[in-house]
Amino acid sequence: MEPRLFKYIWRFSKRDQRVILVIVVIQLLVYFVSLDLPKRIINDAIQGGAFKESTTAQFMDLTLPLPDFLGGPIHIFDGIPLPQVEYLFALCFSYLFFVILTGWIKQLVNTEKGRLGERMLRRLRFELFDRVLQFPLLHFRKVKQAEIATMIKDEVEPLGGFIGDAFITPVQLGGMALTALIFVFIQNVWMGLITISMLLIQFTIIPRLRVKILQLGKQRQITARQLAGRIAEAVDGAVEIHANDTSNYERADIIARLGNIFQIRFELFKRKFLVKYINNMLAQTTPFLYFVIGGYFALKGQFDVGTLFAAINAYKDLPSPIKELIDWDQQRQDVQIKYDQVIEQFTPGGMLDPKVQALDGDNTIDLAPLVLERVVYIDESGAVLVEDASLEVAPGEHVALVGDSNSGKEALAALIGRLVRPASGNIRYGDRDLAELPEAVTGRRFAYLGDETYLLPLSLEDNLLYSLKHRPIRQAQYEGSQLAAFERRLYETRRAGSPELDINADWLDLEGAGVADRATLEARVMTLLGVVEFEDDVYQFGLRGRVDPKDNNGLANQFLHARAAARERLAEPQMAALVEPFDPARYNRNMTVAENVLFGTPLGLEFAPEALAGNAHVAGVLGAASVTNDLIALGQKIAETMVELFADLPAGHPFFEQFSFISAEDLPRFQQLIARVQRSGLEAAPAEDKRRLIALTFPYIEARHRLGLINDKLEEKLLRARTLFREMLPKTLNGAIEFYDPERYNTAATVQDNILFGRLVYGQAQAAQKVGAVLSEVIDGLTLRSRVIAVGLGFNVGAAGRKLSVAQRQKAGLIRALLKRPQLVILNNTISHFDEASQRRLIGRIRDDVKEAALVFVTHTAALARELDRVVVMQNGRIAEMGTPAELDRPNSIYQAMLGAPES
Amino acid sequence: MSIQEDVEALKRIPLFAKVEPAKLKLMAFASERAQYQPGDQLFHQGDVADAAFIILGGSADILVETPGGPLKVADVGIGAFVGEIGILMDVPRTATIRATEPMTVLKITKELFFRMVTDFPSIGIEVMRVLAQRIEHMNVQLREAVAARK
Repeated sequence: MEPRLFKYIWRFSKRDQRVILVIVVIQLLVYFVSLDLPKRIINDAIQGGAFKESTTAQFMDLTLPLPDFLGGPIHIFDGIPLPQVEYLFALCFSYLFFVILTGWIKQLVNTEKGRLGERMLRRLRFELFDRVLQFPLLHFRKVKQAEIATMIKDEVEPLGGFIGDAFITPVQLGGMALTALIFVFIQNVWMGLITISMLLIQFTIIPRLRVKILQLGKQRQITARQLAGRIAEAVDGAVEIHANDTSNYERADIIARLGNIFQIRFELFKRKFLVKYINNMLAQTTPFLYFVIGGYFALKGQFDVGTLFAAINAYKDLPSPIKELIDWDQQRQDVQIKYDQVIEQFTPGGMLDPKVQALDGDNTIDLAPLVLERVVYIDESGAVLVEDASLEVAPGEHVALVGDSNSGKEALAALIGRLVRPASGNIRYGDRDLAELPEAVTGRRFAYLGDETYLLPLSLEDNLLYSLKHRPIRQAQYEGSQLAAFERRLYETRRAGSPELDINADWLDLEGAGVADRATLEARVMTLLGVVEFEDDVYQFGLRGRVDPKDNNGLANQFLHARAAARERLAEPQMAALVEPFDPARYNRNMTVAENVLFGTPLGLEFAPEALAGNAHVAGVLGAASVTNDLIALGQKIAETMVELFADLPAGHPFFEQFSFISAEDLPRFQQLIARVQRSGLEAAPAEDKRRLIALTFPYIEARHRLGLINDKLEEKLLRARTLFREMLPKTLNGAIEFYDPERYNTAATVQDNILFGRLVYGQAQAAQKVGAVLSEVIDGLTLRSRVIAVGLGFNVGAAGRKLSVAQRQKAGLIRALLKRPQLVILNNTISHFDEASQRRLIGRIRDDVKEAALVFVTHTAALARELDRVVVMQNGRIAEMGTPAELDRPNSIYQAMLGAPES
Repeated sequence: MSIQEDVEALKRIPLFAKVEPAKLKLMAFASERAQYQPGDQLFHQGDVADAAFIILGGSADILVETPGGPLKVADVGIGAFVGEIGILMDVPRTATIRATEPMTVLKITKELFFRMVTDFPSIGIEVMRVLAQRIEHMNVQLREAVAARK
């Protein structure tokens, strides 16, 4: 990147800068003309200076007031004769006109500057991110992601603000100051000289005072960036912090850092305000001299008042441009430091050649053998991990790489996967050097998987298809206003120098996946789910997932059919006791009291369990159903029972958390509450007590808690409340709940709840398994399994895929890799966490799926190697043995010894 | 089926006959009541032992795996406390229990059982008494068997 900020700015923004410079020059001319007006209004119009000899004065007689040494005033236009009053008004309105014109031009300049700055900021940010993508992989071990993010996001931001000002501000402010200065000179040479000398003092002292400020600014930037890095580390290492009780050590670290940052920032403040004070003082001294000297000459009659007034007026405009100019200069040095800092971080050695990632590179490569010749790899610490390794793997040949943890097998696989580069020797695919292949080939035709898979916080499907998104295959279709908006965006993209890559285009490389259309791709994903044994997990995600009401209408209907089928199956005698269906006309003893009243899925926070007791609509409904008092009585009984059962238990006893409605801390309060209520009677109890008792009843489930508190009469009243809840629901709360309706699909509820449409009955042995089996049969009977899996593919995997287990993430990674139908597959301990039986099944299926590809399979489990065509045994970085499993199955071979030895 | 009925049923079981009703109520509240259909297994030989069961209704066979298939060694009915060996000794299930008629049981998890014993020593003493009786019973049987051999 360009090391000098100004050169960088000028290179990419000269066109915009020039346009703005022209506008600024016009602005200065207007400013100059308007400076003379106040003097003429006072001297000529009000004091009648222009009317001494005639009753009219010439309005708009344009004269360029050049001093004599420049050839004297130049006459442009004679003007129109006007009487005094009209002349005054004409001059005043001209003044107003210039005020408006100046303001308008200012606004124009600011807008243009803003756009220019934003464009450059966008360019700079993109360029930095672009460089991150070109970092050599090893560099990622050294950088902290939070620091990189802070630099791109925060640290270059002030640069954006400055870029608009980089050239224009000195011209504009300098021009204004110069104009004002010239004007003052024209009025009076002495006053001009005073002004200049004061300015010189300002310009020499202030920058010296600022040297320290700039140093502090640099420190501030670095410490803040490190703080961001440390915070991210604490978040990433949260588990370690808790496991080792080092939270206070972390606190101490942050306290020290914040203390340091405080010192730097406070020092910065002190110095900034000192400079400001000196600057202001110098600026204010000049008018003092004006008043003294100008006033003296005016009294002596050598100077008219209007001239003094105009000079002071012009000077009034002078300090602020000067001050801003000094500010600009400081900002310039400041951003140059920031820029240097950032550029330094983004220029590591060994950056990838942009050609490696070229969009339209040749991405095909014929099937060829993988050849390693005398490969040596030395890691960063200087250890020789791979020595003199030569190996050839033909297309369709599947090779196992075994050895203990120091054998170098992982390093060899990483070399083939291009994660690291050999120190000597070469690795070729056919006759092409692996290091020279563009990513268009290696990324699309080869697949490397390590022992960890990184997933993006998107749906599972997006993660699986990620490996097909190499380039936009088909442009997105835009129409009407969308098209216009797209073109506007595209224009700006070009102006910011970013490549024209549209995220909304269709990026799916179906051809690369070897499928004809989306439907075949979907089928292929289903197959691969089976290959890596991920199908059941995704099916479970689907059962717990939700159907998007907008684009899956057909799906909702299909699941409604499944509901009907499930209802039939669950009505069978041996199943009937296991599920209590959602019946609008019946109280469900396996749901909470609150769920029975709501009889739907809450969508917002209004009807969330903890908010119910305070909800006005709920209170109103309970009142209307005249069930309030019953619930208070019910709450009292629950409270009494809880107090009776738990009173003897020490606080903190796990039963409180597991079984009680009341926490240990609240128990004494409920004891008092009960005593209070028993004294006063329920009717007279305070409203707050009543509310708390009602809240206590909401989570009560008759079938689970078995206190025998809900009788037929109460059920009837609660059913009445259920009806009223729906009827009385205010329009504003319409979107806060989706009701259970036997005839409709509830998009807020999970697929499983929709099909089951009821609750598992408490205390039925193995109910969940039995019902799950029935559900599975129903779904298979309607051939809906793939639909449920499709819903499951919509499951969001969370940050870094943490909502999935390690094994699930690896399986997702395998599907992602297999989906692009690679010619070369490297599995570097990819499935080593799995149990041996699973590994055996998986490797068998994977082999079937990549029959034509060369496969390098790294494993700790020597016995697994028997499943492959050839075994390569590594020892201390060297290939010690090589051959088919049968060949190596001889006495005294190293492979034999490994089979006998316990797993490493 | 309310918790009160469970408490009544527990009181009739010798193991808990002497425990205060309030504690039985807590135990009933904290344990899970489960229904089993004929043929369902409470647990299977070799499973990890995670709970003991108090039979409140119905009956079941105790089966032991043999090379020739499962062999019935005993049956249990109302009031029986089964599965306690597994959770006391932390060994896998030594037998299979299969319902022969619809059963109602209280499932007492290992954690709950130890909690109750620790918090209410009277329950622990009762368990000891029952186990001691069992040993005594087995000794008697052993003596008789030895005598019969002679």
